[in-house]
Amino acid sequence: MHSIIRKIFTLIITLFMVSLLAFLAFQVIPGSPATNMLGTNATPEKVAALEAELGLDDPVLIRYGRWALNFLQGDWGQSYSYDMPVKDMVLEKLPATGTLVLMAFAITVVAAFPLGIATARREGGLLDRVITVVNQICMSIPPVFVGILLCFLFGITLRVFVPGNFVSFQENPGRFFLYMLFPALSVALSRIAMTVKMLRSSILDEMNKDYIRTAFSRGRTRADALKVHALRNAIIPVIAFLSVTAAELVAGSIVVEQVFTVPGIGRLLLSSIGSRDFPTAQAVVILLATWVVVVNFIADILYQYMDPRIRIR
Amino acid sequence: MLLAKKQNKRPPAHGVGQPRNHFLLAGGILCGFMALLILTGYVWTPYDSTNMSGMNKFLPPSLSHPLGTDNFGRDLLSRIMEGAGSTFFIALCVVLIGGIIGTVIGCLTGYFGGVADLVLMRVCDAITAFPSILLALVLITIVGQGKYPIILILGILFIPSFARVVRGEVAKERSLNYVASARLMGASHLRIIFRHILPNTIQVLLPIAAIGFNNAVLAEASMSYLGVGVQPPDASLGRMLSEAQTFLARAPWYALFVGLAIVLMILGVSLLTEGLQQRQRS
Repeated sequence: MHSIIRKIFTLIITLFMVSLLAFLAFQVIPGSPATNMLGTNATPEKVAALEAELGLDDPVLIRYGRWALNFLQGDWGQSYSYDMPVKDMVLEKLPATGTLVLMAFAITVVAAFPLGIATARREGGLLDRVITVVNQICMSIPPVFVGILLCFLFGITLRVFVPGNFVSFQENPGRFFLYMLFPALSVALSRIAMTVKMLRSSILDEMNKDYIRTAFSRGRTRADALKVHALRNAIIPVIAFLSVTAAELVAGSIVVEQVFTVPGIGRLLLSSIGSRDFPTAQAVVILLATWVVVVNFIADILYQYMDPRIRIR
Repeated sequence: MLLAKKQNKRPPAHGVGQPRNHFLLAGGILCGFMALLILTGYVWTPYDSTNMSGMNKFLPPSLSHPLGTDNFGRDLLSRIMEGAGSTFFIALCVVLIGGIIGTVIGCLTGYFGGVADLVLMRVCDAITAFPSILLALVLITIVGQGKYPIILILGILFIPSFARVVRGEVAKERSLNYVASARLMGASHLRIIFRHILPNTIQVLLPIAAIGFNNAVLAEASMSYLGVGVQPPDASLGRMLSEAQTFLARAPWYALFVGLAIVLMILGVSLLTEGLQQRQRS
């Protein structure tokens, strides 16, 4: 219990640091947003007036404090390019990205575990060798290209879905999930391959340890020893890897959303960076960074729960 | 890639009674092939890659245009050779920048330890915790787009992966006897680090460099695909991929060949590394 409180404390500090850095990053960008908003007819006086109105002329730390307080209270500022609260824009895009990432994660776990265990069970067998080769290839295909291949195969040739024609959940839930399956698969493919490889080598490592030999001496079969003894220990490093995966899937979705024109926060981030709409970009970056930090935190807790050996102090 | 060609000329990598190292062979062939394509592309391409011709729009692969043509009637093979060359150049620079700076930082922090070590490693942890494309997008807003900004940004983002590994190795080597002997002989710290310890870390550095190269190719392709990477006058496979997607129904070979070029580049390097690691183990 004590350690959990300490971890929560570090989590809060990390989040503070991350938000401060994200805030500062958008402060050093040359060019004031006021000049951008006013466009070509900006006189220095007008710019100064607008800067004062937006509070851009205060010291950085004060601006950070004000911004952070507002952020926590749910006021994420006003978008520069659309006359709309940033929060509404982000929340509107969040479900699509959330679905995409969760589906991709589910696909990764569901596909990787059976495959990883199957390859480790018969090391050097036909299945193992085939999957090892397929893995190497899958790891080398960028998610963008997987997406384009899926578009061509399932979209243009088989006509299962219409590429670029996004169906929202409100319109048609069934078609929505069918459409999202392909982007999810595109981000997941290389991660599946990596997880399978990782799980396989982790299981094989465990199978060479003394306690497995003891299990054999007591009459366990290889399959049994793997399932009952080795797997529990082998999964622990994989959990850490899956937490990295959960973070990477979000990054992958930024790219894949573009391939499938999914209106998610990845595309919002890109368009806000393109139009120098910093409040929006900032909010999205902090949201994604928070996701990464929180996922790592959960993995850390899960890690302790699953492995009593690291539950020191 | 260049390393790959040398590898290719060596005698078969399997000893007596050992299974053939298929990864090494396949990786060597792929890398050799891509290196040939890229190096040739720097001096000669079958057609002028900027030569547009309305009559030759969307020609499927044929004898005169082995990979077909694009929406402006430009020869795809020539464009891919140029794009792959550009992507390769960017990835190589990124690995060099990240590798050299990361190695120096890793050596110094690993050898001397202390507060600087603690702080720098925490910073490295923080950077590696975040997906690099997210950080790259933030940095792009600050630094700007284009070929050289991308090299700079990715180079900086790749420093931690090298620094961490090298630091770990150096910290391990530092306590070994040969370091103490060198010290007794009056060698300076810097001489010990770079002359005695560094050569011993090459073994772990090579796979990291290969992974870094692949990640750089991936990152460059993704960012150029998103339109925030390499800008028009410069060629890039990522940009071509995004152009090709528009014509997916009309000219599927366009996207297919461009994507394939990226895949072969990454696959070649990763197979070669896998093969080398397998050989080290046996």
